[in-house]
Amino acid sequence: MAVASTETTTLNNVEAVRQTLYEALKSDPRTLVLGEDVGARGNVFLITKGFIEEFGAERVIDTPLAEASIVGIAIGMAMEGLRPIAEIQFADFIYPAFNQIVGEAAKTRYRSNGDYTCPLVIRTPYGGGIRGALSHSVSIEALFYHVPGLKIVAPSFPADIKGLLNAAIEDPDPVLFLEHKKTYRSVKGEVPTGHYTIPIGKADVKKAGTQLTVVSYGLYVHQALDAAQQLEAEGHSVEVIDLRSIRPMDRTTILESVRKTRKLLIIHEDNKFGGIGAEISAMVVEDAFFDLDAPIRRLCGPDVPAMGYALTLEEEFMIPTSRMAEAMRDLVAF
Amino acid sequence: MAKAIDTPALERHGLSDEQLRAMLRNMIVQRTVDNRGFQLNRQGKIPFATGSEGHEGIHAGAAQAFHRGKDVLAPYYRDIGLCLGIGMPPLDALLSMFARAADISGGRQFPNHYTNKKLGMLSVSSIIAAQCTHAVGVAYAFKLRKEHDRAVLCTFGDGATSEGEWHESVNFAAIHKLPVVFLCENNEWAISTPREHQMAIKDIIAKAEGYGLPGVKVDGSDPIAVYAVVNAALERARAGEGPTLVEAKCYRFLSHTTDDDDRTYRTREEIERHRYLDPVPRFEKLLLEQGIVSADDIAALKKEVLAEVNAVTDEAEALPYPEPAELYANVYEGTHEPWL
Amino acid sequence: MSTTITMPQLGETVTEGTVAQWLKKVGDSIEKYESFVEVTTDKVNAEVPSPVSGVLTQIIAQEGETVPTGAPIAVIEEVGAAPAPQPTTSPSEALAAPLAAAVAPTPAPASSNGHSNGASRNGGVVNAPDILRRVSPAVRRLAREHQVDLVSVRGTGQNGRITANDVLASSSQGPSAAMATSILAAPQPAPAAPAAPVAPAAPSPAAAPAAHKPSYNAPVPGETIPLTQARKIIAQRMLESKHTAPHAWTMVEVDVSGLWKWRNAEKERFQRDRGYPLTLLPFFVYAAVQALKAYPLMNARFTDEGILVHRDINVGLAVALDSNLIVPVIRDAAQYSISGLAVAAGKLIERARSGKLGADDLSGGTFTVNNTGANGSIMSAPIINGGQAGIVTMEAVVKRPIVTKDDAIAIRSIMNVCLSLDHRVVDGSIASAFLVDLKKRLEAMAPGGTL
Repeated sequence: MAVASTETTTLNNVEAVRQTLYEALKSDPRTLVLGEDVGARGNVFLITKGFIEEFGAERVIDTPLAEASIVGIAIGMAMEGLRPIAEIQFADFIYPAFNQIVGEAAKTRYRSNGDYTCPLVIRTPYGGGIRGALSHSVSIEALFYHVPGLKIVAPSFPADIKGLLNAAIEDPDPVLFLEHKKTYRSVKGEVPTGHYTIPIGKADVKKAGTQLTVVSYGLYVHQALDAAQQLEAEGHSVEVIDLRSIRPMDRTTILESVRKTRKLLIIHEDNKFGGIGAEISAMVVEDAFFDLDAPIRRLCGPDVPAMGYALTLEEEFMIPTSRMAEAMRDLVAF
Repeated sequence: MAKAIDTPALERHGLSDEQLRAMLRNMIVQRTVDNRGFQLNRQGKIPFATGSEGHEGIHAGAAQAFHRGKDVLAPYYRDIGLCLGIGMPPLDALLSMFARAADISGGRQFPNHYTNKKLGMLSVSSIIAAQCTHAVGVAYAFKLRKEHDRAVLCTFGDGATSEGEWHESVNFAAIHKLPVVFLCENNEWAISTPREHQMAIKDIIAKAEGYGLPGVKVDGSDPIAVYAVVNAALERARAGEGPTLVEAKCYRFLSHTTDDDDRTYRTREEIERHRYLDPVPRFEKLLLEQGIVSADDIAALKKEVLAEVNAVTDEAEALPYPEPAELYANVYEGTHEPWL
Repeated sequence: MSTTITMPQLGETVTEGTVAQWLKKVGDSIEKYESFVEVTTDKVNAEVPSPVSGVLTQIIAQEGETVPTGAPIAVIEEVGAAPAPQPTTSPSEALAAPLAAAVAPTPAPASSNGHSNGASRNGGVVNAPDILRRVSPAVRRLAREHQVDLVSVRGTGQNGRITANDVLASSSQGPSAAMATSILAAPQPAPAAPAAPVAPAAPSPAAAPAAHKPSYNAPVPGETIPLTQARKIIAQRMLESKHTAPHAWTMVEVDVSGLWKWRNAEKERFQRDRGYPLTLLPFFVYAAVQALKAYPLMNARFTDEGILVHRDINVGLAVALDSNLIVPVIRDAAQYSISGLAVAAGKLIERARSGKLGADDLSGGTFTVNNTGANGSIMSAPIINGGQAGIVTMEAVVKRPIVTKDDAIAIRSIMNVCLSLDHRVVDGSIASAFLVDLKKRLEAMAPGGTL
C-alpha cells in the first residue's frame, strides 16, 4: 500500500467515501459521478453534497430513474476514455442493470480481445440491520462474483475504503464497489491523508491468531473482531481475516491462515446457499484438505429472500456477535 | 458519357460522382460479402452467417455521412455494409466469419460482431439495444470534452426500439441534447415478429415525439436520400442541437441468419412483392441513367469486387484458428490468475 | 443425593416468577409429582410438582420472593437412591487381566509405576474404533509424518476426538532415553516385574499353538482394535519364528560394577566430543561380538542343507517406536571399537526415530541384541529374530548384595543377560559357553580400558 504521508485523520466510512470521491473528481478531469439524486440532493447519504456546486452539473449528473442506462451510459463513457463512477442508489435496485454489468461491462475487454476496455466503477450501498426491510437491505455480491471480467470489493474500514476506491477508480476494468450502509456512520478509523491505493485482490488479517481462522467482510468483520476479543479473554486465539476483495479473492492469505490454524469459520450476511462461503469452502478443501482438523463451518444469512421490516424478523436474519462467539468457541473446542 | 436529355436532374445533396461511385461499390461489396457468408455456410465451411440484403442503401448512404477519424459508430450485427463503408477492410469480415486468430476480436465473437477502435467502431454485442446506452455515453464524453466536431451514429433494427434500454438511451440523449443520431434500420421484421406485433404505431419516429427529439423518416432503399437525412442529423448533433431519431425503411430479403428459416413465417410471394425495394439494382439504374457509370463499369466493378472477395475468402480460410490457450487472455488487464 | 429445584418458566416470554406459597415445609417428605410449591407469573398461577421423591431440606426462595426463571428455589434430598458406584481398579486386577484393560471402551488410567515405556506412554490409552473412524485429514497426515499410532493417542477434542495437537504432543513424547528403548519381544511380563499392562495385549504366542484359534473365549463385551500394518507384520514374524525354531532359553548374572564405573567416567566427554550418548549398549555389543567370534555357531543359521555360519557379524538392535518394533543392523560390527559402536548405534537409532531407515539398515542381521532392561525387566524370554541362531538381552542393572570370593557380602551392580537360542543350531552347552564368555568379557570391563 503506497501511502503519501504517515499523517492520518479520523473518518467514518461515509466520510471516507465522500473524501475519496471528492479528491478523485478534483484531481482527474476524466472522472465524473452519475446516478439518481447525486447532484442537487448530494446523494441520499449526503456523500456527494456540494459536488455539483464545485464540479458542475456536467460531472455530477442527476440521471433519470433508469438503472440499466446509468450503467450502460457509464460503459459508453468508459469506452470513450472517461472514468465514470456510477451509483446505484441501493444495491436492491441494481437488477435492471444486470444486463449491462454482466453482459456488457464484464465482457467489453474480453469480447473485443482488448480492443476496448471498460474502466468503470459502480458504487452501491448494501446490507441490512437498519430497518431497511425487503428492498433496502440485500447483499448482492453472490449474484455478481460468479462473473469473470468483473471485480468486486467490499471494504468496511475507512482506510480500506479510501485505498480501494482509489484503486477501483484507477482500475482499467469494471469494479463493483460495495458499501455496507450500516457501517457508514458506525465505523470510524484512522485514514492516512494523501493519495494511496490498496491493491484489489488482497485480504487483510485484522487480527492474528493460532487456533481458528475466521473469514468475513462487511459489517460482520467488526462483529467477528468483537467476538474474537471475547475469545481472547477466554484464552483462545482466533485469527480474523477481512476479505475486502470478493473478486479477485485472496486465496493465498486464506490458505496460509488455514494451514496455520487448521480450522475455518466463514461468516457472511448474505444467504448461505451459493454465497461466497461456498466458494471459499470448496477452495480450502481442494487445496488444504490435509491441513483441516475440523469441518469448515459457515455462519451465514438464512435462506429467505430478504429480511423483513419487523424488528424480530430483522434480528432473526442478522447474526448477533454472541452467536459468532459461540460458533468460534465450538470450532476451537472441536 | 452523357445522360439522356429527359432524365430529371439528380438531387445529390452535395455528393460528388466519386462519392456516388464509392457508394455503389460499397453496396456491391456488401452484397458479395453477405452472399459469400451464406454460401460458405451452405458449403458447411462456417457454421453461421447473418445477411443484410436489403440494407445496402442505408449503409452506403449513412457511411458517406460518417466522418472518419472523428465520429464513432455503435452498430448492430446487421451493419456489415456500414462497417465496410466507414473503412473496415473486407478481409476483416471474412476473418470474422471464419473466426480466425487474426480477427480483431481473436475469433471470440459471432460473425459480423465487429470491433475496431481505430475506425471508431464500438464492439458489437448480440444483446439487442445494449449498444444504445453506450452510444449515449460516448456522446456525453464528446460533449463534456467540448469536442464539437464529433458525433455518434447509433444503429439498430425495429425490434430494438421495444427494449427498455432503448427508451432510456433516447430519453437521456434528449434531456442532455447529446450529439448522437439514432438510426433505425426498419426492415419491418424482428426475426419472425412483424412490425404489427412489435408496436402499436406504424412509424417508429412517432416514439421520438414522446421523448422530445425530432424524428425523420426516409426511404432506406434510396442511398442518396439516406445520406441527406443522416448527414443533416449528424450536422445537427455536431452543432450541439441534440439527437435525432432517423427511421430508414427497407426490407430484409434474407432470413435473420443462416439458422433462421423464414419460410416458417412469411411467403416467397411476400418477399418478391418487396423486391422493388432492393436498393442495389435501383441505385445501379439511377447511376446508369445519370451517366455516372456505364454498364461496362458496373460489370467490371462486379468482377473486380468478386475477385477481391474471393481473394480475401481464400486468405482468411487459410489462416489458423486461435490457440486454445488464447481463451484465457484479456479477462482483466494483465495476466489473470484463474481461480482454478 | 440432593436435587436443587429451580424456578420453572411458565409461559414463553416469561422471565421470572414469584413464590406464592410453600405447600411443604423443611423436613417434610415429598413424593415424585406431588405439588410442593405454588408459583405465580404475570400470566400464570401454578402448583409445581416435584421431580423427585425425598425430603425438603432447604427453602431458598421465600414466600413472596420473585426470582428469575432458572434460579434455585429449594433443595430436596432424595431418599432411597443408591449411592453412585465409584469405579475402582486394583493394580493386581489390572495386571491379571491385560486383555480386559486393552478392550475397555474408555481410556485406562495412567500406569502407576512411573516407568515410561513404549506402549503405556499415554497411560494405556486405547481408542475405540469410533474415534479412529473420525480422524480429520490433518490428524491422519500428522500421524503418518510423525509415525504416531493413533490407537494410543489420547484425544482431547470434543467427545474424545483426537486433535492435530494431540498427535503432535504424542510424537514429542518419543523415546528420549539415550538408549534405544524396546518393548518386550514377547508380550509376557516376567513374574516378579511390576510392569504396567501392555496394550494392545495379544495372547502369548507360547500359549497359542500354531494355526489354532485361542482355546479360551474372548471376554464379552469388548471392542476390536483394528490391526495396524506394523502389528500385522510383527504378529506374522513372531509366529513364524516360533513355529520354525524350537526355542530354548538360558541366563547368566553379570557383575557390571566395573563397567558401570567406566561408562560413567567417560559418558560426558564422549557425548561432548562425539555428539552421541555413551550407554551400556556399545560395551555390550562389543563383548557380544567378541563372544560370537569365539563361538561362531551362535552367528549362524539353520538350513536343510546344513548350518550356515555367517562370515560377517551383523548385529541387529531391537528398537521400539510407538507400537512398532524394528531392528536396524550394524553391519560388520567386528570392525568397530566401543566408541565406533556407540556412534553407529546412535546414528541408527536417530534414523529410526525420524523414520529415515533404509532397506539396507534393516536387512542382513545375523544376531540380535535386545535392551529389555530399559523397560525394567530383570529376565526376558525374547523371540529369535527370523532365521538367527540366538537373541540376547540386557536386563536392568540392579544393585544387589552378593557373596564375594572370600565369603563376604558386598553390593554389586548386577545385570542379568538372557539368551533364547534356536535348538536346531546349537545345544545348551555351546549356548551357555557363549553366554559365560560374554559374561567374562563384560565383567572384565573397568575404567581405564580402551573405548
